[in-house]
Amino acid sequence: MTVRVVTFTGPQIAEPLQRRAPDFAKATGANVQVVTVPFADLYQKILTDFSTKTNSYDAIVFAPQWMGDYVPAGYLEDLSARVQADTALQWNDIAPYFRDFSATYQGKVYTIPLDGDFQMVYYRSDILQKDGVKPPETWDDYIAIAQKYQGKDLNGDGKADYGSCVAMKRSAQSYWMFVSVAGAYLQSQGTGQGAFFNTDNMQPLVAPNEATTAALDTYKSISKLGPPDQLNLDVGDTRGLFTSGRCALSIDWGDIGTLAIDPATSKVQDKVGSLILPGSKRVLDRKTGKLVNCDATICPSATNGVNHAPFSAFGGWSGAINKAAPDNVKNAAYAFLSYMSQPAQSGTDVTLGKTGFNPYRTSHFTNLDLWVKAGMSQAAAKDYLGAIQASLQSPNMILDLRIPQNATYEGTVLDTALAQFLAGEITRDGAAKQIQDQWNSKTDELGRDKQLAAYKATLGVTR
Amino acid sequence: MSGTIAARPQAQAARRLDAVTTGFDRHSGAAFILPAVLVILAFSIFPLLASLYLSLVRIQFLEGGVDFTFVGLNNYAKLLVGIDHEHFLGVFADPSPLTVFIEIVLAVILGLRLRDYLRGRPSVAGAVGRSIVSIALLLAFWLVVETLAPGGRPGTLVVTLVYVFVGVALQYLLGLTLAILAVQQLPGRRFFRVVFLLPMMITPVGVAYLFRMLTDTTKGPLYPIWSAVGLADTSWVTNPWGARIAVMIGDLWQWTPFLFIVLLAALESQPIEPIEAAVVDGASRWQIFRQITFPALLPVTTTIVLIRMIEAFKIVDLPNILTNGGPGTATESLTLHAYTIWRALDFGGSAAVAYLLLFVVTFVGVSYVNLVRNRVAAAA
Repeated sequence: MTVRVVTFTGPQIAEPLQRRAPDFAKATGANVQVVTVPFADLYQKILTDFSTKTNSYDAIVFAPQWMGDYVPAGYLEDLSARVQADTALQWNDIAPYFRDFSATYQGKVYTIPLDGDFQMVYYRSDILQKDGVKPPETWDDYIAIAQKYQGKDLNGDGKADYGSCVAMKRSAQSYWMFVSVAGAYLQSQGTGQGAFFNTDNMQPLVAPNEATTAALDTYKSISKLGPPDQLNLDVGDTRGLFTSGRCALSIDWGDIGTLAIDPATSKVQDKVGSLILPGSKRVLDRKTGKLVNCDATICPSATNGVNHAPFSAFGGWSGAINKAAPDNVKNAAYAFLSYMSQPAQSGTDVTLGKTGFNPYRTSHFTNLDLWVKAGMSQAAAKDYLGAIQASLQSPNMILDLRIPQNATYEGTVLDTALAQFLAGEITRDGAAKQIQDQWNSKTDELGRDKQLAAYKATLGVTR
Repeated sequence: MSGTIAARPQAQAARRLDAVTTGFDRHSGAAFILPAVLVILAFSIFPLLASLYLSLVRIQFLEGGVDFTFVGLNNYAKLLVGIDHEHFLGVFADPSPLTVFIEIVLAVILGLRLRDYLRGRPSVAGAVGRSIVSIALLLAFWLVVETLAPGGRPGTLVVTLVYVFVGVALQYLLGLTLAILAVQQLPGRRFFRVVFLLPMMITPVGVAYLFRMLTDTTKGPLYPIWSAVGLADTSWVTNPWGARIAVMIGDLWQWTPFLFIVLLAALESQPIEPIEAAVVDGASRWQIFRQITFPALLPVTTTIVLIRMIEAFKIVDLPNILTNGGPGTATESLTLHAYTIWRALDFGGSAAVAYLLLFVVTFVGVSYVNLVRNRVAAAA
């Protein structure tokens, strides 16, 4: 029997699936064939395959935020009963957020989490320490530090390096970086407030208002403090630059932390600090559209008056099963996804940079030995895991958009407007207006009430 | 008598057979062509009609199937006057004396040419067709001038037109130059003939990745050169025109060999006698090229330029891989525009872009053929 699993063209994410497939085949007799497609094509490839009943994929490893399109259409197998009966999976070891958001849709379990995704800021701890510079607390701090190191030689090769390296390529994964910046200005009252739409009327928050203005200005400033071709860099490029010692700062998921300890590629072993995303002392007043200063009422979870809004961008790669697959293939597919997620396998995989998997189980956070064995110092492991835990436990964490056609809202509309803004094709205000108009157009097309109900349903997540 | 009676049925049978044979003869053409027609209907016409229907609907995936909602011309309206018109058509610059002057000159030229044509007493269909072409050309010129002027921004339609007209013109000029060089008795010409052909053999995606590496000024293989000339801190592909030029250079590198090989064959098959006669008469090289060689190349030029233009309208690999259509939407072609929308599962919007592309390609192709047919015939 062969289980066909589709995911994106890695090497990350596909690598652990491919590497562990032979062991799984030896243990169970079921072969796993991993099919890869470019990230930008993955959403529609799966949807067109399932909707046309081609069913060339038995299982998918995908973004759980796309469940908003896949589950209502009836394409995914309900895994609730299987998960309940699977003791080896150790379901309760998976952090509550990933069980509730990445795995569950309208009360039923549809995916097995394989990855934990939070965006964080990475900095060169050796350089900042040497210069007595405090790691960034706010986005203004981030820009000031990036300015300080832009053009300086940071790895001793005699070449000018960069203050900040952020993936800003179009049709890739850069729009999540913008939300990481904007979140601090847009959401201050806790996860349930939402950072994308007003929960009263589904009006976009990324719209002509002072918070969006501040976020776009910050994003543009960051775009100018990096490599000359930053607008054409994807996360793979910026990770390579950071681990080769060419960047003082970066925004990324958990991958830089594990890539930095790889002696084969990294020049910054034990020279990397990780932080919860920087914040802002001023946040959006949704009634007036103005920025107002944080206080205990406006920013109840602020630290030192700074509102942090860590962003669970993407939600973490998760595995699901095609409802139309034959029963025996479904069983084998489930067994493979469970095998990948079980602590014995995932405990190692999350420590390897090449996997693209980041910690998502309680045991991943508590078992420091895993990380020390992988090459991290105790201090670095505590710092790295602490940054993720701070994000995970923040009451003001931003949940990624998970409503029907969120791929259009984020991957097309937001992505295109940001690319045009960074390239100077449209102004800051033009970009905000364009996003607002096109999001509203899409919402009206799909039904405002229906979209609002879907949006509010995703915000009621527990952590 | 009995013989006559016996001959009648034979004659009738012969006539019937003759009628059947004549019928077969009359319809044999249709019968022979029917399989080909059915294949074309199945693989070309029906999908064309299906995609026309797609461009008029909105698609949603629901449990157990797909929902088609008829939206009329909404998908087209979105592109031409609606929320996506800046992406498709571009942003118009404020009129300046220069752009107004250029537009008036173009209008006058087109008006005069139309007047001359109408004075020749053409058929009604010809007059209507030429008038439509003139108006469409005027609108196209206006769109190009207004969006490329300072303060404007070309949309995917104009970017594609730039790729087609500028790109193909450069490819033709370079291909012709190389073909002329390759027919000279130069050392190593056989080697260069093969080398010039190589880019055409590479897949367009490979070419795009190749140029992505070459245009990377910070760590690409040409880094030492960029660094030596002080360009290590600049990027081709983050400046709109730099990125468009990078795409056009890639396209030029890949497709010039096609023009080169066809023009080379045409040059080598030219009769030598008229050229020898011209040499004897004391004609210069330039005069020989202008009066003998180039007119002889015109029929083949017409064909290969048409083929390249149609192909160039569909450019997608280079801008997609090299720049992802960026910076912003600066290098996005119509096909990439359709692909981007399709990727977000807006099949109706994507089909509308594809249909508008089909309309533009057909219009340009038919106009081009009509424009050059008489001239080539006269030159030949």
